Amino acid sequence: MMKIMAVCGSGLGSSFMVEMNIKKILKKMAIEAEVEHADLASATADAADLFVMAKDIAASASVPEDKLVIIDNIIDINELEARLRAYFS
Amino acid sequence: MLSRWLNDTTIQLAKGMDDWQQALAYCARPLLETGVITPDYLEAIQEQHRQLGPYFVLAPGLAMPHARPEEGALATGLALLKLEHGVVFGSAEHDPVDLIILLAAADNHSHIDALAALAELFSNAADLARLHSASSREEIKAIIAGY
Repeated sequence: MMKIMAVCGSGLGSSFMVEMNIKKILKKMAIEAEVEHADLASATADAADLFVMAKDIAASASVPEDKLVIIDNIIDINELEARLRAYFS
Repeated sequence: MLSRWLNDTTIQLAKGMDDWQQALAYCARPLLETGVITPDYLEAIQEQHRQLGPYFVLAPGLAMPHARPEEGALATGLALLKLEHGVVFGSAEHDPVDLIILLAAADNHSHIDALAALAELFSNAADLARLHSASSREEIKAIIAGY
């Protein structure tokens, strides 16, 4: 199954919120995937198939660009949905 | 649910602050006084900010500073500071920040309920807007009572 990792600096606050929103959106899109959250250090290229993170930490991430979805506003579920739909289309 | 952590003690309002560090310290005071966090926790947040930037500024005007449990969080807790005049956290897109919610998590699981409730609140644009324009503790308590 596809694995999606929501990433933030500490791996327990913002990333968890993003994880919850990803799960809601995937359900709506009828896509099955394993979603988890982690800190930036755990976000290595092989750790997941897709990484979701905010713009400010994306620059420090060691993840290939094609596996990365970058969001501006962490709590904006509409933006997240638009970006996930773009990725999956 | 949120009122379990956000109450008369942990909700504070102020006019303005010199900088975000001062705002963070002000916001954190109730949690320091009740032993929910140690001063190390605030130091860890500032160190993370130096290394990674303001990753905890979530949206325009809204910050949720937090560090890892082992960095000085002894219990799970929240503290909210509403500023009349926002402070700059160094987030090009989301400054100034007028609403700061400090999150402390004693382990990787116990804060899940608090975060889930906060996420619900943050995804309600109308209630979030009401929080940003709140000018009293009672108003803030009334908004969070629904979560």
